[in-house]
Amino acid sequence: MALKHVNAVVVGGGAGGGVVAKELAVAGLSVVVLERGKWYTPFDDRKDDLRNQRTCVLGNSFGPDEERNPRVFVDSRGGEHLSRSNEYTYSNNAACVGGGTLSYGAMAWRFLEKDFRMRSTYGPVEGSTLEDWPISYADLEPFYEKAEWEIGVSGDDSNNVFRATRRRALPMPPLPPNREHQMLKPAAQRLGLHPFDIPMLRNSVPYNGRAACMRCRWCCGFSCEVDAKCGTQNTVIPTALKTGNCELRLDCIAKEVLTNAQGRVTGVAYFDGDERLQEQSADLVVVSGSAVESARLLLNSKSRLFPNGLGNRYDWVGRNLQGHAYTGAVGLFGHDTYDDLGPGASIAICDYNHGNPGFVGGGLLANEFIRLPYQLAGLGVPGVRRWGAARKEFMRQYYRRSIYIMGPVQEMPVFDARVEVDPRVKDHWGIPVARLSGHRHENDVAGAKFLASKAEAWLKEAGAERTVAFDWVSRDSLSGGQHQAGTCRMGDDPKTSVVDRYCRVHDVDNLYVIDGSVHVTNGGFNPVLTIMANAYRASDNLVKSWKGTHGRS
Amino acid sequence: MCEQIIPADQDPGAAWAGVVNYIDRQLCGPLRRLRETYRAGIAAVEESSGRLHAKSFADLNSQKQIEFLRGMETGTASGEAWKKIASAEFFGLVIDHTMQGFYGDPRHGGNRDGVSWKMLGLPYPPIRGRQKYDLTKL
Repeated sequence: MALKHVNAVVVGGGAGGGVVAKELAVAGLSVVVLERGKWYTPFDDRKDDLRNQRTCVLGNSFGPDEERNPRVFVDSRGGEHLSRSNEYTYSNNAACVGGGTLSYGAMAWRFLEKDFRMRSTYGPVEGSTLEDWPISYADLEPFYEKAEWEIGVSGDDSNNVFRATRRRALPMPPLPPNREHQMLKPAAQRLGLHPFDIPMLRNSVPYNGRAACMRCRWCCGFSCEVDAKCGTQNTVIPTALKTGNCELRLDCIAKEVLTNAQGRVTGVAYFDGDERLQEQSADLVVVSGSAVESARLLLNSKSRLFPNGLGNRYDWVGRNLQGHAYTGAVGLFGHDTYDDLGPGASIAICDYNHGNPGFVGGGLLANEFIRLPYQLAGLGVPGVRRWGAARKEFMRQYYRRSIYIMGPVQEMPVFDARVEVDPRVKDHWGIPVARLSGHRHENDVAGAKFLASKAEAWLKEAGAERTVAFDWVSRDSLSGGQHQAGTCRMGDDPKTSVVDRYCRVHDVDNLYVIDGSVHVTNGGFNPVLTIMANAYRASDNLVKSWKGTHGRS
Repeated sequence: MCEQIIPADQDPGAAWAGVVNYIDRQLCGPLRRLRETYRAGIAAVEESSGRLHAKSFADLNSQKQIEFLRGMETGTASGEAWKKIASAEFFGLVIDHTMQGFYGDPRHGGNRDGVSWKMLGLPYPPIRGRQKYDLTKL
């Protein structure tokens, strides 16, 4: 039996798709959200330090499952590897309602003005497709505000002298400082830096009918026991469902976006939870599967008019895969720094986001989320063997006496860092899987080195007896990961981008991509608030131009 | 081998904490794809140890065991059997799994009684607010 026609199908109920579903449903459009995962409650997540979204040596707690969803990873020497979803090379993002926002650390950054004008600011960069966004910070500002208030952000960035202007303060105050914060704040000030409380999508006080953070150590990588972490699964998606206009279908694996002979999109073919192939027809389709899966779906949607996949006339779909080159340092102290007060990350600086010597861009630096013991067990420390009595003594001495300062380096987009569909390997449902290949830009390596040295300086000033800088960012590694972005670039020129400034695919007037894929550059920040703000902005335009079913918008 | 990776001192080591139990359980579960690797690796350790010392690895004294493992770590361990799997690779795997078994959640079969968490001074239970109330006294 054919499914009832709807106005819009949204593929993916994560940071982008959740917002879009809510905006469209509230505006009166009938919406179906196809989500490949399940809807977890706070009680579905065991506090398991070996099986969660961050440390997944025994698997991902929120999917995708390790058996049915392989990808192919091509290393720097051309070797092909079948990658499982709990391996680093997979570039995983959670498969569940809320997507990454169910289990993220929840830093809620607005990009800076320069982050939207990287090419104008720094000029062309050799080996990179660095470009300006077609929109500016000012275009996004009202929607950042909307995201902050609707989804809920706590923190206080008024001491961040580098931030772009905001019209309205954050809705919630920051959580009281933990011990790391108390040590790092005066140290940063002594160095002439500008520390402030990180904006977080986390209730510091009761907000939106949900409780405040109880400050446990099980935060980044886990769902929140008291539902204080604000994701799309406990904010906009319930709102969308309450309108009565939105249906959320779980366990649905999108196969392809369907098109007609006129080159317009007619719906989505997907496998439902019983593995039956279904076709949901719709007036418009929004792809929000995050950078890897969105690109894969477009590339898998081949037809006579679109032999290379949708939006891929000029071979830009899947290109410029980026994430963040995470770097930083650990400081080892002579006294306890651990106070068991979650989430851990609390203080940041934006002094090194731009204008650094010798490389383009930069990134924020912040203290890390609480480290569970296994996460410290593999730490490479010069002079301390990985095993044996000395390693045990190191753990005993420093588990409670270490501070990590980390930061995401803004990456230079590389055209050859890409998502393709593999010609041979198929997933459990018979759909060709994503094939990831390419490398980072040298600039990322330089940036990582620089930021790591600054993290060391900050830790030393805070009293660290010893610091160890991380040096794992190399040119040969491929970026992506949870901060994956860039594969369906937004731009004004159809020849060098995939979607227009309103996230509509250039040559298909009823197909949209609304998630991190459209980011031209990914900032030196966790990208989620920008994904949400841009989803609000794109939905706003979509609703305004909506002329009813079958209308040409 | 695990006991040399995390030896007992004033706190219990990997053996007491049940790390081998952890590894066994994972090899029947999420890590079952590594069964062959473990079989080949353990066989290689035994062959190599037999040739060097005419003894099983487990029967070597502590000093000799550490020397042997250093050889594995640096890839200088001798033996035909290491052609199947590189000694450094296998040892790296065992180190990682030992850390998981010792420092990870007891529900997976290791870290008996939360021994590593006690050692690190990490408060248990893991969630603030849980088990703080004695319901029998209500």
